[in-house]
Parts: sequence; C-alpha cells; structure tokens
Amino acid sequence: MGAVRRSFAPWSDPSATPLIRAENVTKRFGDSVAVDNLSVDIFEREFFCLLGPSGCGKTTLMRMIAGFEEPTAGRITLAGKSLAGVPPYRRPVNMMFQSYALFPHMSVERNIAFGLKQDRLPKGEIAARVEEMLRLVQLEKLAKRSPSQLSGGQRQRVALARALAKRPKVLLLDEPLGALDKKLREETQFELMDIQHELGMTFIVVTHDQEEAMTMADRIAVMDHGRIVQVATPGEIYEQPKTRFIAEFVGDVNILEGHVLGQEQGLWRVRSSGAATPLTIDDPDEVLHENQAVAIAVRPEKMVIQRDPPGPDAVNVLTGEVWDIGYLGDWTVYRVKLGSGAIIRVTRANRSRFVESPIDWDEQVYVTFAPDAAVILAE
Amino acid sequence: MLARSVSKRFASALVPAVPYLWLGLLFLVPFLIVLKISLSDPAVAQPPYRPVFEWGDILGFLSQLDLENFETLIGDDLYLRATLSSVRIAAISTVLLLLVGFPVAYAMARAPARRRPLLVALVILPFWTSFLIRIYAWIAILKPEGLLTQVLTGMGLIGKPLAILNTEAAVYIGIVYAYLPFMVLPLYATLEKMDDTLIEAALDLGCPPWRAFWTITVPLAMPGVVAGSLLCFIPAVGEFVIPDLLGGSETLMIGRQLWSEFFSNRDWPLASAVAILLLILLVVPIVIYRDVEARRLETRS
Amino acid sequence: MTRRLSLFNITSLVLGFAFLYLPILLLIVYSFNASRLVTVWGGFSTQWYVALFRNEALMEAAWVTLRIALLSAALSTVLGTLAALALTRYGRFPGRTLFTGMVYAPMVMPEVITGLSLLLFFVAIGLDRGFWTITLAHTTLTMCFVTVVVQARLMSFDRSLEEAAMDLGAPPLRTFFSVTLPLIAPSIVAGFLLAFTLSMDDLVIASFNAGPGATTLPIKIYSQVRLGLSPEVNAASAILIGIVAVGVATATFLSKRSTLRSQRNAH
Repeated sequence: MGAVRRSFAPWSDPSATPLIRAENVTKRFGDSVAVDNLSVDIFEREFFCLLGPSGCGKTTLMRMIAGFEEPTAGRITLAGKSLAGVPPYRRPVNMMFQSYALFPHMSVERNIAFGLKQDRLPKGEIAARVEEMLRLVQLEKLAKRSPSQLSGGQRQRVALARALAKRPKVLLLDEPLGALDKKLREETQFELMDIQHELGMTFIVVTHDQEEAMTMADRIAVMDHGRIVQVATPGEIYEQPKTRFIAEFVGDVNILEGHVLGQEQGLWRVRSSGAATPLTIDDPDEVLHENQAVAIAVRPEKMVIQRDPPGPDAVNVLTGEVWDIGYLGDWTVYRVKLGSGAIIRVTRANRSRFVESPIDWDEQVYVTFAPDAAVILAE
Repeated sequence: MLARSVSKRFASALVPAVPYLWLGLLFLVPFLIVLKISLSDPAVAQPPYRPVFEWGDILGFLSQLDLENFETLIGDDLYLRATLSSVRIAAISTVLLLLVGFPVAYAMARAPARRRPLLVALVILPFWTSFLIRIYAWIAILKPEGLLTQVLTGMGLIGKPLAILNTEAAVYIGIVYAYLPFMVLPLYATLEKMDDTLIEAALDLGCPPWRAFWTITVPLAMPGVVAGSLLCFIPAVGEFVIPDLLGGSETLMIGRQLWSEFFSNRDWPLASAVAILLLILLVVPIVIYRDVEARRLETRS
Repeated sequence: MTRRLSLFNITSLVLGFAFLYLPILLLIVYSFNASRLVTVWGGFSTQWYVALFRNEALMEAAWVTLRIALLSAALSTVLGTLAALALTRYGRFPGRTLFTGMVYAPMVMPEVITGLSLLLFFVAIGLDRGFWTITLAHTTLTMCFVTVVVQARLMSFDRSLEEAAMDLGAPPLRTFFSVTLPLIAPSIVAGFLLAFTLSMDDLVIASFNAGPGATTLPIKIYSQVRLGLSPEVNAASAILIGIVAVGVATATFLSKRSTLRSQRNAH
C-alpha cells in the first residue's frame, strides 16, 4: 500500500501551502449537480487519487482543474492564483485521457512533440525532450509508428509521455489504467509511481478501482454524489472508514447492525441480532449514546473461523453454518450464514499446502474477531 | 438429391449473375458502342453514321474505322477550350462547395446528438425535389429584374439591376446550390465520427482552438473532403442543365457541347468522340472515388 | 453532457439552410402570383394551377413519367438488392472488380455520357425509342443507387443473426426470407423511393432516349423553361414539391410510429 514515503505528509503540516485548492466548488449541468460545494487541498509532489463510483463527480472535478468546465460556483486556485477564466491551453496542467486521445494522423514522436511545438520551443530542444520521454516510457524503438500500430499498453505509455513532455505542474490522469488487462495494470501501477517519484510531479488520478487507488496514492479522496466523503491515506481509509459507504466501497466488509448498550472501561457494548451475546468494540473516538442504531464493520480477514467452540472468556463470538467456500489459492473465502440469516465473509490465508480435515460445506462453525478489529459507524 | 443441390447452386448463382448481366448489357456494351461510333464517320442515313456493323464483313468494318473525329476534336480549339473551361468551372465550384459545405457540416456535427437526425434530413430533403425545378428557381432570383435585384435595390445597396443570370457566376451559384448535399453529407459523416477528446487533448497541450481546428479537425476530415469533392467535381465537369439554363452563351462546357453536337448538329460520331474525351478526363477521379467509397464502406462494417 | 452551439455554428446552419430552402420557398410563393410576369407580385391567385390541369400535353407527360418511374424503380429495386447481396455475401466471385466498377461508375458518371451510350445501344439493337427505352435506361442508372443503399445496411447488420437462424435449423433460403429480408426491408424501401425520385427527376438521360411517342414531365418543363419563366411551371413545381413533402412527412410518421411501437414492445 501507499506506505512508500511515510515521511511525506504535507497535509498534516499546517504551515504548508497547497498547490491546488478547491474552495466550495459547485458544478451544475442543467438541473443535476455534478459537484456539490466541494473543498479540497492538494499538495506539491503528492500522488492524489479521486476515488468513487461512476457519476460521483470525480471526472467533472478533474475537468474543472484541466479547464474544460468552469465551476458554477466557488473557485479553484493553482499555486495561489485563481484559474477562473483561464482556458485549458493556457493552464500549466496536462491531462492523460481515459481514451488516450492519441492523434491518429501523427506518429508517436509527433504526438509527444505536439505540446512542445505549441510552446514554440527550438527544434533541437523538442527533439531532445521527445527522446527523453520515449526513454522514460521505454518506447524508443516505436517513435515512427502510428498509434494504430501499437498495443493497448504501448498507447497508454505514449499518452503518458505526451502529457509529461511539457513538464506540467500537475498531471491529471483519467482512469489511466482502465483499458489495460489485469496483469499489465498491476505492473503499470508501480511504473506510474516510479515516474511520479522520479519527476517530482503532482499527480491527480481519477479512478473507480479501489485497489488501484490503494496501491498508488499518497492520499485518497472518496467521492459520492458530488461530495468528498473522506480524504485520508489509504491505510486510514481502509482501517478507519468514516461512513458505511466508504467501508463498503473500499475493500470487502461485513456489516453487523445493532444498538448501543453502553460503554464499559472505554469499550463499547453493542447488541446485534447476529450474535448471541453483546459485542465488545474498541473504537474510543466514536461518540455514541445509549440505544443508538449503529453498524459494526469488520473486514473479512480480521475474522477467525473455527470448528471448535472458543473458550468461555472469548468476546465477539458469532455462530453459523458454512454456506459457500471459495478457494482463491492464496486465500480461502468462507461465506457463513448466521443464525439471524445474515451472511458474512471470512477469509483465511492458506499458510500450508495441506490442511487436515478442512472446514467443509454445511458445517457448524464459530467466527470470532478482536474488539479492535471492528469499527463502529454511526447510522 | 443431387439434382436438388445442383438446382440450388444454380439458383444461388443467379443472385450475382442477374445484376451482372444487366449491367454488362446496359452499361458496358453501350460504352463499347460509343467507342466504336466515335471511330466512325457521320452519314445522312438511319442510323446517321458509317460503317454499320455486320457479322459477314468484320475486316471491311474494321478497316473503315478511323480517328478522324478525335483529330477534329484536337484540331478545333473550341473543344480544347470547352474541356479546360469545364474543368476550371468544376474545380472552382468544388472549392466554393467546400467553403460553404464545411461550416454547415461542422455545425451539424457539433449540434446536440438528438438534433442531428433532423439536420441530416433537412440537408437531404431538397435532393428529393426535382433538380430541374431547383435550378429553375434561381432564374427568377438571378435575372436582371429578378428577386435578388429587387431585394438589394429595396435595401438601397445597389442602383442598377445586377446582371448575374447568363454569366459564369450564375453557373457557380447553380452548381453550389444543387450539389451542396453531396458535399455536406460525406463531410458530416467524418466530422461526426471524430472523437471530441482529440480536440480537448490538443487544447490541454497548449493549442488554441483555431489552431486545433487546422492541425486536428481538418486533417482528420480529409477522407470526407476527398469523397465530397470527387462526388461534386466528377458530375460537375459533365454538367449540362446548369450551364444551359443559368450560364450565358459564352459559358463553354463539354457536356453542353456533347448535347449540341448530338441534338443540334446530329453528328453522332463526333458526340461519341466528345463522350470518350470526357470519360478519359474523368477516369482517374472516378477510380479514386470508387476506391475511397469502397474503403469507407469496408471500414464501416 | 449537452453542448451548446457557438454563435459561429448557429450562423453557419441558419445561412446554409436559408440558402437551401429560400429558392424553393420563393418558387412556391410566386406560383400563387396573379401576374404573368413571374417575378412581379400581382396579387394572390390560383389561376396557374387551373391552367396547369387544363394543359393536356403536360398531364399526359406527367402520367408517362409516373409510369416509367414506378416500373423502373420496381425493377431496379430487385436488381439493386441482388447486386448488394452479391457484393456483401458472395465473397470474391470472378469479375468482382469489374462488377463493383460498374456499380459505382454510373452514380458519378456525367449523365450526358450515360444517356448517349444507352441511346446508341438501343439504336444498334434496333429498339424504338420511347417508353421502354427510358424505363430500361432509368433502371440501369437507379439500380446502382439501390445497391449502395442496401449494401450499407447489409454491411452494418449483425451476421450472427443469420448464423443463429441457420443454427436453429433454417435453410439458407428460408433464413433469407425470414431474417435477412425483414431486417434490410427499410433500406429496400428507401432504395425504391430513391430510384423512383431519380427517375421522376431525370432530364438528360430521358432526353436522349425519348421518342416521339413518349415525352416525360422534365422534358416538357425543360422546353418551357428554355423559353423563359412561366407561371405554369411554378405551379407544376409547387405541386411536385408538395408531393415530396407529403411523402417525406408520411415516411417520417410511419418510421416514428414503428420505432415507438418497438420501444413499447421492448418495455
């Protein structure tokens, strides 16, 4: 996960000034609101991901930064200067398009040189920069090819090189890996991170793929219905999701609904229909009152499945029968049907190649989790 | 069983065979006849040319064919001038058609998607009304005391009547008017297919809109420009009705020349020779057009 | 995302369509002119329409034109559909290049050449000029347009529909009549209408191939127009335009209704 540069955290430094700042930005198309009173700060050299389902407004926000749309209200500044009214061709921001938008009538070389030619740079400098970019994306041998003669992965690299060639202050990437197959996508994620690190550029990536966001981003902004629901590091988003929407959108999660009974020694006691005894949850930051309806979120890998009943002092014990087993090689996924009828997912790492008498379909099992494995989400 | 499959194969062979034979008989054979008659001499007889083909005397028939008509065509500079003037008028008209047609096609392609079918229908609609009538309509507009003069004098823009009818300018107006749909539709087809994000990408890379138009939109619209231009240029070279009704007596066009050789002078062999000349002139553009069209149809599938 | 047209684009559209439609509009307006001088307004009148219907020669020509157009459009629809099938479903048959050449050439070929060559052909085989020569000539020209229209439809349609029919046990001929034909029917109708209009409209080819017995409406109109403007021609034109307008409106209405119906069935 994005823990490569832990020391890099300008967002927690109150004296740092953001490179891009959106203040109360709203964008309407006719009656529909695409971006709803949104504010966010993005810092220099940051790898920032806008994550959300389709139609959440992430692409509109990116297009406003690029200059293809103007905010209906609010303002966007770049290095302190307002971008209002600045057309896209005068913004020091470049974009890599989801469709790549490579010019079909120009060779790879001319595509990469296009932006530099617009700045009327001397010929020699353009050639040198194009060569540098081709080397960066390892396409030196394909300089004379036309885009139609390239594979999907090669086109993606050309699009990246073209957008990087002008050395923009900010590079916007719209679903940069969306058109690649799974294996290539994983390799390219790391390449993108390396390139961003090497060039020291600010990257803003729009994606609907949470794995992609988790892998690459310094920070993720999860968007829903035109608003940012949470901005945090990948670790925080995963382990301390603010809302049920985030918990369910990022990774797999089991939700147990219940009512608060009270607080004992800093631990919350919650009654849930899925468990025979009240659950004990260690989530001290939450402010709750008695009888409040809450959702308890537990990640599948933080649950333990076993055939034998746990000891008498065990907490958070759920009982049920195995409904489904999915063997994924590295993991095995168990779907367990609780007494309440709810089905939860439990994963178990396959640590050895052979298991004696493995848990089987329809077997009665116990599922437990530690108090600090769960998060309480106010409904 | 065998008989059935043979008759089936025969039936399935009819599908290409029938139209093939039809076109061969009524398109290809007539051409060979034109070629043959262009090598014959006029005669006061029925039919008005010699020799007439007879199976019995093929050698005698062949020996009477000669290139005399083509010598006439080359010798008389009227035909040379008519040829050059046809090509010039068709070329200028094609450029004018591009200038008028491109903005219209571009605006249609930019229009909201749900409005586009209506706009296309509006471009096609005049094509369904008679060509002759549409040209006729311009006579009333362009003649010296016509509607254009009336409007312009009414607005106080001109003092004396405009003399546009019976000039080459009227021919240009007529060709542009009659052929506009043939220019707009292929242009629209390529512009409409064009990916908008290409323009956005150009803007994003620092290219102002007007330059993006010339470096991205125009090159990508080239297939449409070529198809539209050929679709207009080829028939315009041989155009007869428009120069005859709108042009003056000094407007020389080869189609008009062919018509008068045939109908006024009744010189069928010379008319045939003019037809061959016109065809030679157009063979290259027609072949290019056929290639462009075939490729366009294939890429669409 | 909805786009707004820029001022420049709106201007292009308005000017373009004004250019296309204003002359036709003026023509219709002046067909109701009382004055014999076509371009000087002398009050509203329908007298030229009355005169038109009393003009027997013109009416006779209109009737001939209509018969030729119907017959040649019917013939060329059959031939054009066969040619389109040959081009899309028969792969590389011998002489294919010549065939596509013969299909595309007549569409761009100057009409004077086509007209002259057909005439010389008819003279050579000793066929008297008249109704039949015009019909055959028009069939030859218009079948190429039908071919292109039907071919475009055949190429865009999903071949797996035919394969599905055959997979379900329909032999080729039945597949054609129960799957292919219904799917390409709209383009065949469009091809027929196009052929009909082209035939109704044609002056040049008809002039070469007309005989003393058969004169078509465009030939009649042309000979009158050569003598100068005539209010009767305006009236005749307005009627022809009216017929086209009604035809187009009906076709639009029918296709709208059928799409509406299919949408309703889909829900």
